[in-house]
Amino acid sequence: MASADRHIAHLLRRAGFGARPDELDTYGPLSISRAVDALVNYEPATDEVDNFIGVPGYVGITTRGEFLPPSNIVDARQRWLFRMVHTRCPLREKMTLFWHNHFATGYTKIAGALGATEGARYLAAKAAEDPAGVRGQIETLRDNALGNFRDILVSIATDTAMLVWLDGRTNTKAKPQENFGREIMELFTVGVGNYTEADVYAAARVFSGWNLQRVGAAGTSAQRYEFIYNPAQHDTAAKTFSFAVYPDGSRTIVARSAGDGMQEGLDFIDGLASHPNTARFLAAKLYRFFVTEFGAMNVTFVNRVAGVYRQSGCDMKAVMREVLLSPEFWDESAYFTRYAWPVEFVVRALKEIGWSGFSVDSALAPLSNMGQTLFEPPDVSGWRTGQRWFASGAMLARMNFASALASNQKSTLAANARDAGRTPEGLLAYFQDRMATAAQDSSTAAELMTYLRATGAWTGSDAQLQAKSSGLAHLIAGSPEYQLV
Amino acid sequence: MNRRQFVKGGVAAFTVTFAAPEFLSDLARAQGARTRNLVVLYLAGGNDSLSMLAPYNDPFYYSRRPSLASPAGQVLPVGTDSSKVALGLHPRLTGLKQVFDQGRLAFVQRAGYADQSRSHFTGSDIWSTADTNSAQGLGWVGRYLDGFPLPVDALLGWNTTASLPRALQAGHVEVPAIASPSGYAFSSPNSGAEAAAERATSARIASHTPVDRPELAFVCGSASAALATIDRVATVAAYAGTLTGSQNYPTNGFGQALKAVAGAMAKGIGAKVFYVTTGGFDTHSAQGVNATGGAYYNLMGTLNDGLLAFYSDLRNQGLLDDTLVMSFSEFGRRISENGSQGTDHGAASVMMVMGGKVNGGLYGTAPKLNTDPGNPTLENSAGDVGYETDFRSVYAQVADNWLGTDSVRLLGGDFRKSGLSFI
Repeated sequence: MASADRHIAHLLRRAGFGARPDELDTYGPLSISRAVDALVNYEPATDEVDNFIGVPGYVGITTRGEFLPPSNIVDARQRWLFRMVHTRCPLREKMTLFWHNHFATGYTKIAGALGATEGARYLAAKAAEDPAGVRGQIETLRDNALGNFRDILVSIATDTAMLVWLDGRTNTKAKPQENFGREIMELFTVGVGNYTEADVYAAARVFSGWNLQRVGAAGTSAQRYEFIYNPAQHDTAAKTFSFAVYPDGSRTIVARSAGDGMQEGLDFIDGLASHPNTARFLAAKLYRFFVTEFGAMNVTFVNRVAGVYRQSGCDMKAVMREVLLSPEFWDESAYFTRYAWPVEFVVRALKEIGWSGFSVDSALAPLSNMGQTLFEPPDVSGWRTGQRWFASGAMLARMNFASALASNQKSTLAANARDAGRTPEGLLAYFQDRMATAAQDSSTAAELMTYLRATGAWTGSDAQLQAKSSGLAHLIAGSPEYQLV
Repeated sequence: MNRRQFVKGGVAAFTVTFAAPEFLSDLARAQGARTRNLVVLYLAGGNDSLSMLAPYNDPFYYSRRPSLASPAGQVLPVGTDSSKVALGLHPRLTGLKQVFDQGRLAFVQRAGYADQSRSHFTGSDIWSTADTNSAQGLGWVGRYLDGFPLPVDALLGWNTTASLPRALQAGHVEVPAIASPSGYAFSSPNSGAEAAAERATSARIASHTPVDRPELAFVCGSASAALATIDRVATVAAYAGTLTGSQNYPTNGFGQALKAVAGAMAKGIGAKVFYVTTGGFDTHSAQGVNATGGAYYNLMGTLNDGLLAFYSDLRNQGLLDDTLVMSFSEFGRRISENGSQGTDHGAASVMMVMGGKVNGGLYGTAPKLNTDPGNPTLENSAGDVGYETDFRSVYAQVADNWLGTDSVRLLGGDFRKSGLSFI
């Protein structure tokens, strides 16, 4: 791989899910700043990736009857994986995944409360495809992937799935519900240690009356749950926090009439969104997600990105431009210093090994064994990332997915490698270029060569190329080095 | 009943009886060296222990939980504790009641710590590290495993969950995560000699430890742990157990995880520690304590049926005396129910200890649920259960009296507590 491609490949591993050959062609000729521009300034209107689902030449999906992502969670998972493989707006899908982990909402609880099809609907329906215009949580996050963080918080606080997931729908004046009030501070904004238990109780009261109502004709597809501010269930008394809620330093949300009470929650969200601890909390999380998981937190980076966040008024597009153009991001010692999440690993393997004739449905069970089921984070804090992805069973699941994919792509791999495969050295070099990894340990490279020379003399026959190409793709994608992105 | 049904029923009735046929235990012994083991059970989400072990004569239990309290006539009474509070198990815990009556189940009431965290994540980190100040270090079980002399066996511990819990994070011992023994195998796009060559290559790549790249070495260690253990785990995948029919292990994840643990024990795998979890305890709304099919009712069903099957199987295998199960949860829940017929995050909770050598019974004292702000058994203006026994005192007894290690060194302090004598 050419040197310039090496940098673009880094950018696409981080701001996307690795590079398809055509993505290298698209981004390869661009300067770094133009490539970042292209990633950050995507036009949602040009992202017609869903139109290619089921089209030959793209990765497959598996239907069980009609393919219905807005009402079937398995289909919703397939659609999202399809988007990750084929999108022309990779940063959009990557940020959606980031937000999904940040506002981690699990399907099972929603489905348990509202039913399976409704569970999928409030997580994954696109407004344009829902009979009543319901927009699922992931679509909201996807539409606002690089939006204003304050707006994202408001949309999450009024999101149907979130109101079920963290029980806001039952938050009433007489019995405030603490679940959302706690997590909006602990996990969504300022972070643990920056609020008190008393703040949790006060936050619950701020959001009292932020409930759900069911509207639309009963028994029709127009019937739906939607957010309602219910003044009768709002606690109107003043609420005082241990931190400043308003720019003037005031810690108290003053008493209002019940009719105006929704403004309290909006004020509180404003206060949280613009809180310096929120800026640092997000900056640190972005550092780990986009720059590196190795070493200590980079305080310089955090302060600078937090500054951009605050100066821009919580504008995530400005923040992400800063992140992706930062010297920390482009420091070559930061390349391959993140542990790939299971979906990153799977999608990158598809892009680098091949997808023709493979269905993303076949990746769902392996992803579960690797510890990541989309729309089903383990709890509201999201997935346990970094080294905690690498329990031995989860690593074995990665190796076995690599095997299944290499097996599926066997003849294509052999055909692609025919010229390079005249010698075992040529074959190894071909795959090391096609599936770039963190610098291979010298023993890893030596073992791969030993493997190519095992089981008989090199003939370059079709049978040998089929065995050794698929074997190499399996071994490289299953190697420790490949797990770093 | 035809003869075939009779025989099937007869076998089931025979094999689940507590009077274990001796040949089974002999078989188990013959299959491998016996080893004392600890099963750490995590009830994820914050268990509402007031619904699990209810002070059913406390009028405040009913006034503060109008929709959640179990009626006194429905709980399974287990006697009174040293403070004269009558306690009853959740009505669904009929199997655990049997184990309690046999003296093999202990409850440690009001276990917790000062200023208990109400955060799931900080809370579970604290319980997992046994460190209330800085809970980002190694797990307390991991530190125990680190104390074994090198080289350690690759199956020194067995984690039945998909990801590595903090309790098992160790300095140099890799605990394999084996959620399902049958899926724990090496696959290859090829067969025969080619497949064997891939597996050998994989193992050699993984076994190399790049000393100057600890982040990469970590992944190598994980792959190595997998490859070093898959053949032995395959023997467990074939484990049938001694139970059949309705007495068998539940098909849910918890039941199957316990079956794998029993299989590992019966096959003499040699693991010293097993880690099992069952979740769904974060019952903020529609907690459903009493109605059949209610959320908490089902949680108790999962817990009861899994643990009873495990207990019965181990008893039949003659392995009960080698086994200690200890449960924990990150916090208990608020005493008063909220407006959603649920309970919010609270403080102290109940720990369970079960095993053949356990001195069963009720340890510690139940909270008095009256709302007097000065109530010494409560905290947070009488909103939450106050802790009486530091959870590390329970760990200390397990460490000293079961694992045979020095609890002071393991826990970084002397947490031994007199009167706590469940093992």
